[in-house]
Amino acid sequence: MTQTTPAHLEYVLRLGDAALIHGQRLSEWCGHAPVLEEDLALANMALDFVGQARMLLSHAGVLEGKGRDEDTLAFLRHEGQYRNPTLCEMPNTDFAHTMIKGFLLGSFNLLMWSRLCGSSDEALAAIAAKSLKEARYHVEHTGDWVIRLGDGTEESHRRAQAALDMLWPYTNELFAANPTDDAAAAAGVGPAWSDLAEDWEKAVLAVLKHATLTVPARTPFQSYGKFGRHSEHLGHLLAVMQHLPRSFPGATW
Amino acid sequence: MLTEAQAWQALDAVEDPEIPVVSVTELGIVREVILGEDGLRVVVTPTYSGCPATEMIAESIVDALKAAGAGKVSVETRLAPPWSTDWIAESAREKLRAYGIVPPQPALPDGAQVVRFMSRKLPCPRCGSSHTTRLSEFGSTACKSLYRCEDCREPFEYFKPI
Repeated sequence: MTQTTPAHLEYVLRLGDAALIHGQRLSEWCGHAPVLEEDLALANMALDFVGQARMLLSHAGVLEGKGRDEDTLAFLRHEGQYRNPTLCEMPNTDFAHTMIKGFLLGSFNLLMWSRLCGSSDEALAAIAAKSLKEARYHVEHTGDWVIRLGDGTEESHRRAQAALDMLWPYTNELFAANPTDDAAAAAGVGPAWSDLAEDWEKAVLAVLKHATLTVPARTPFQSYGKFGRHSEHLGHLLAVMQHLPRSFPGATW
Repeated sequence: MLTEAQAWQALDAVEDPEIPVVSVTELGIVREVILGEDGLRVVVTPTYSGCPATEMIAESIVDALKAAGAGKVSVETRLAPPWSTDWIAESAREKLRAYGIVPPQPALPDGAQVVRFMSRKLPCPRCGSSHTTRLSEFGSTACKSLYRCEDCREPFEYFKPI
């Protein structure tokens, strides 16, 4: 186990918060998906992400060494203390939007977990090896849907393209260089996220092409969720997610 | 005080709560049983990160060992190496099939590519026909997908290799 540095903790929090917030958004579909099979699929993927978040946030609590556990970190932090990329917190609209978002994030996770299997942080490497197996199924499922919707009917293509146009600018943030990543990479904790950009784009573009979707041009737009500056949507998400432990402090069942 | 062999024997009777024909030892999630001065420690590797049965399994393990005469029992989680369907015992595969779940094919090797529009030709566990269709990548639990037999028209599940 490597010495814990602020960058190390920050790096793990970004991963944990990304899994938690994406998992929460997926869970919002429960009972609302277009067909029963997708209701099950979305809820099952949400469980995987929340499970990964539990392991990552527990580990972050250990790294921090202030006695905070997974629940304290998930339920008792404020908006500005969350480190998930903004893309994760984008509100659900239609099914195409969720599949495109899940595919963009899932493809990123697949590369990330694969690299993190070799982390100098043994606990993180163990979480990565486990999550990698799950991520393959997430990418398979969402990728299939991206192709089916994009190369589907006029209406499904229109919706998939609109979702891609809306979400694409937020992927800039995933690969933005920053000192936390530099320090984590130097310590062998994990790759700088920007290192994954090329492989991610290659994997994603191949599927988008199959899906007959047009990849939007890159713009200078930047979002800053992983630096703690979020869109207006995260606060609303947290209000729902944290409602119970905030209303009944210390409640257990 | 239980011997290690007796402890394993007691664990052989602990069912998976979601697939009650298979025991936790056949599922391959019990990694180690350690007899120590501070009691019995059971090391368990979870199947999926978000498997909702994890806590129930830990409780069942403690209950079964105490019923068998163990004193203090604790359950520890070990993540690495990650659980694989390859660890499911041979004896469990026929039980799964008889229960209506097609047992997993070998897990994908590390670094395997994601497959698009996978069409595994799975034999229906009821009538044996290989004229089957996948309905959903995810079934009633994260570890299974949902299929339908086009001949006998019955739905069935497939334990996904992981």
